[in-house]
Amino acid sequence: MNRIIKFIILDILKNKIVLAYTILLAAFSWSAFSLEDGSTKGVLTILNIILLIVPLVSILFATIYIYNSSEFIELLLSQPIHRNKIWLSLFIGLSISLLSAFLIAAGIPLILFAESLVGFMMIVVGCLISTVFIAIAFLSSILSRDKAKGIGISILLWLYFALLFDGLVLFLLFQFSDYPIEKMMVGITASSPIDLARILILLHLNVSAMMGYSGAIFKDFFGSNLGLFIAFMLLICWILFPFLLSLKIFNKKDL
Amino acid sequence: MIELINVSKKFGRLSVLNNINLLFEEGQCVALIGPNGCGKTTLIKSILGMVLPDGGDIIFKEKNIKNDFEYRKNIGYMPQIGRYPENMSIGQVIEMIKNIRQSNNNIDEDLLNQFQLNQMFYKQMRTLSGGTTQKVSATLAFLFNPDVLILDEPTAGLDPLSSEILKEKILKEKQNGKLILITSHLLSELDELVSHLIFMQEGKINFYQSIETLKRETGEDKISKVISKILKQQN
Repeated sequence: MNRIIKFIILDILKNKIVLAYTILLAAFSWSAFSLEDGSTKGVLTILNIILLIVPLVSILFATIYIYNSSEFIELLLSQPIHRNKIWLSLFIGLSISLLSAFLIAAGIPLILFAESLVGFMMIVVGCLISTVFIAIAFLSSILSRDKAKGIGISILLWLYFALLFDGLVLFLLFQFSDYPIEKMMVGITASSPIDLARILILLHLNVSAMMGYSGAIFKDFFGSNLGLFIAFMLLICWILFPFLLSLKIFNKKDL
Repeated sequence: MIELINVSKKFGRLSVLNNINLLFEEGQCVALIGPNGCGKTTLIKSILGMVLPDGGDIIFKEKNIKNDFEYRKNIGYMPQIGRYPENMSIGQVIEMIKNIRQSNNNIDEDLLNQFQLNQMFYKQMRTLSGGTTQKVSATLAFLFNPDVLILDEPTAGLDPLSSEILKEKILKEKQNGKLILITSHLLSELDELVSHLIFMQEGKINFYQSIETLKRETGEDKISKVISKILKQQN
């Protein structure tokens, strides 16, 4: 399996897009910290990058890469290799490449400039979010043989999680502002990996005071060790569930 | 060596394989023929585990292939249309497969040398013509000295010279006691090669006989004539 992973990583390196992504992300991160005076502002800028660009690049690159690997998958299938291994190698290969890009580009400035706890949280959350969207990419590309449709599904999912979901939550908050729905909001947050990540970081940035009453409830929940643990577990579920589902479909697929 | 028991497969409503029962033994060279879309490739892909049958069992050397993958070590497969990663060169593809298989069997580079692929190791897969791609497929199928060779339309797209090289190689491996499965529409090419004939129609086995029996029964000595005579009799 290691040999297949090595081939995939070398192939991705040859492709140079991940390299360009690393450079762009690094440029963003370094300039965020050198332009803003306080490190908190820099962290907030990077947070927005993590929450918008990292998921977008992860999901799009992974989806297209899986479709382009169809020949590679077919070639391996007639060899004595278990199907699980092929799919898992693709996942690990893609994850290692995109995570290293993130760690090199955003990780180094975060360690250098941000407060150690916040910086560490950002790195962990960034890695998790990246992997979540790679896992979602695996699911959307196995759902359809049609490349355009698969990539379309990926873009729509990204739009939903990155932009639409927030709007929906705001809408709910306004519509039901007369009712005590704050606790319910904690539950709703769990259904979007990006929001989960955002709240995890904001709570550690000492800006949660600006989030009002619901912020206090979030702090109550996500600020405690148990809340932190549950949030991380939820993010890991967001990786495992789409990926394992795609693995199950892949194992039953005719090629 | 390979046994198929009640294998069926449906694609949606279309029934592609319909209760197929077959037994292949070592040393046989079996031709799988039939009209387009009769399920030949699906049958082959089921044996390879690329298509998963809806019902029935496929037994390879006394072991059910369901949830197994090790048995593919013993199979060399040449697809009808070989699809390879486009940005890899011929050399890289062959190296990669060698690397992945890590086979202990001695490596058989006869075809590699005879097709003179060494001289174009640097060529990218996407730049290759259909015939050259077929040569790469053939080389990969024979490379690891497998006990079973599954060749889907092996000579389609090859020039006469290369086609002759491949046929000689198939004959040689047949004499080494390997099981060889061939699908082809070029019946004249099969004459010198095959020992058994399977005729498939609409997902069913119409007949499965040794060539000698067929020739004796029909009194013909060309495969094409044998088949047309049998089909006439059936009508």
